[in-house]
Amino acid sequence: MTKLKSWRSLVAGLAVVAVAIAAGFGPARAADPLKVAFVYVSPIGDAGWTFQHDLARKAIEAKFGDKIKTSYVESVGEGPDAERVIRQLAADGNQLIFTTSFGYMNPTIKVAKQFPNVTFAHATGYKRSDNVSTYLARFYEGRYLAGIIAGKMTKSNTLGYVAAFPIPEVVRGINAFARGVRSVNPDAEVRVVWVSSWYDPGKEREAADTLIANGADVLMQHTDSTAVVQAAQDRKVYAIGYHSDMKKYGPKAHLTASTHNWNQFYIDKVQAVMDGTAKSDDTWGGIGAGMVELSPLGDMVPADVRKLVETASADIGSGKLHPFAGPVVDNKGKTRVPAGENISDGDLLGMQYYVEGVVGDLPK
Amino acid sequence: MDGSETAINIMVGTIRAGTPLVFAGLGELIAEKAGVLNLGVEGMMLVGAVTGFAVTVLTGNPYLGAVAAIGAGMLMSLIFGGLTQFLLTNQVATGLALTIFGVGLSAFVGLSYIGTPIQGLQPVAIPLLSQIPIVGPLLFNHDLLIYVSFALFAVVSWFMFKTRAGLILRAVGESHDAAHAIGYSVVKIRLLAIVFGGGMAGLAGGYLSLVYTPQWAENMTAGRGWIALALVVFATWRPARVLIGAYLFGGITILSLHVQAAGDAVTNAMSVFPEPIGRWLLVIINSSHLLATLPYLATVVVLALISRDATKIRLNAPASLGRPFHPGA
Repeated sequence: MTKLKSWRSLVAGLAVVAVAIAAGFGPARAADPLKVAFVYVSPIGDAGWTFQHDLARKAIEAKFGDKIKTSYVESVGEGPDAERVIRQLAADGNQLIFTTSFGYMNPTIKVAKQFPNVTFAHATGYKRSDNVSTYLARFYEGRYLAGIIAGKMTKSNTLGYVAAFPIPEVVRGINAFARGVRSVNPDAEVRVVWVSSWYDPGKEREAADTLIANGADVLMQHTDSTAVVQAAQDRKVYAIGYHSDMKKYGPKAHLTASTHNWNQFYIDKVQAVMDGTAKSDDTWGGIGAGMVELSPLGDMVPADVRKLVETASADIGSGKLHPFAGPVVDNKGKTRVPAGENISDGDLLGMQYYVEGVVGDLPK
Repeated sequence: MDGSETAINIMVGTIRAGTPLVFAGLGELIAEKAGVLNLGVEGMMLVGAVTGFAVTVLTGNPYLGAVAAIGAGMLMSLIFGGLTQFLLTNQVATGLALTIFGVGLSAFVGLSYIGTPIQGLQPVAIPLLSQIPIVGPLLFNHDLLIYVSFALFAVVSWFMFKTRAGLILRAVGESHDAAHAIGYSVVKIRLLAIVFGGGMAGLAGGYLSLVYTPQWAENMTAGRGWIALALVVFATWRPARVLIGAYLFGGITILSLHVQAAGDAVTNAMSVFPEPIGRWLLVIINSSHLLATLPYLATVVVLALISRDATKIRLNAPASLGRPFHPGA
């Protein structure tokens, strides 16, 4: 009997302690670090799309210190696997989750529905919901600036462009580049080779070699590997990198790289979640927002070209210059945007034609 | 640039693009002729590529790198050989596992080598011969590994059809029970064939990381191991057809890039074809997606046409392909 009684008191005591702990920890939770998670489509590596997002992850860590706790999962396939990973991250108590690839769109929306108290931000997508925002950078602004450099640096007036797939995102980049080129060099033309892959170093290399053989002396890329910059280095022509600074792959070839910088956007988003002011919105920032920038220009770029780029960059940032300010004429001679107007965002997002200065027909 | 220069550029590009497929394809051909289906080519290539690259970085000598790539491929294939020949695991499953393992292992090993620049293998011009117009730049001004691939083709063809050892290898692939009954060690011969296949797959990977794009990048083979595997089947296990298929695949890939880079010139050139062929060609040229399928399509069609004789296919196909053998059974 006494034994049983002591058991009872023990259980009662434990219950009291448990309640006390729970109560004690309840308010303490507010001071717990905000858990922020990132889902990456590829390994971080040391250059490329994912690398840039991870730089921004480190930037928010540096900014908020122990007020946040970040984690990431890399090489997550786009598809069912993504949903599993995102759900796991949400279930683990992350309050803000960045999903950084287009193919995560539906999984993000689906998981977000099940975790209404978690804030999600999805890069490059177009579906939003109460707790899912989207964000994208105006990469084309960087490509316009790169075009100015390329137009000034070319001697053969032939510029080569290694592209992945003929989707508006890529076409927009080609056109912005061509317009940048033509703004300083009306005689130059852009030749495009499609490799039908985001990432195939061998094929990208062959495409670059082919363009060089066809007279291109500045190469631009919209693919993910560093093979194009390397080909330029070997064949003693110039190249412009993409995503990250690719200088070390071709120090003599690398004029600059069109890169993206998510630091400020991620910092703002974390701050908003901390303040409880995060709302579902769509961000499409460019040079003005600091989301797009050129990596440091190579030593071979002369001072007058640097000056041109600085001016154009400032003008784009302030809104004075739009890379697609009318008249925008396609390469068949049809006027797409009349003089005096800027192209609309809708037209930019659906762009399916080559502008003047690009050689050939856009693949259908 | 004039026409002949373009043509030579395209043909040299063809040989470069086809060479990894020649190595991996001929290696796999020997393994399959011995009756072993090793689906781990892609994985062995990747491990070969990363090992060759790492050794080149560490020693500064790309030739040592190429040797190391062969060695790495062999070690990988020994894992496959040990499992399938001694533990009698399923060859398809084991090969797939080997590829998955190779993808992961190469990524892990290569982590610290991403972005390290190296001096890859340089072309070695053969004196006098390389001076011959057209033929010179086409055949005698390549890196060493391309000459090795030419030699490999000659040796494999000679070995398979002109030597006793080649006959034994084929016998083992046809009927391991019969070969065993007349006293050949089936397991030993198969292991040797597997290791040869692994070494060549490793070298194919090494070619990518040391010559083709002298760098290490994760998953840089981009499916070439699978293409080599398919080539062997479509070539109905004949070395010459593997060679044709590999260069055809490489050639059309390169050609499609040149067609795009040349732009309007090609569009205008299409008008020499009678209607509607010219129009069809234009449709293909103007679609990067169709253009991208062309190397696969053309290779399959051509090889299927060359080897359309059903009886000969049955004769060429190793009858014991993929079947396990246990000497005691």
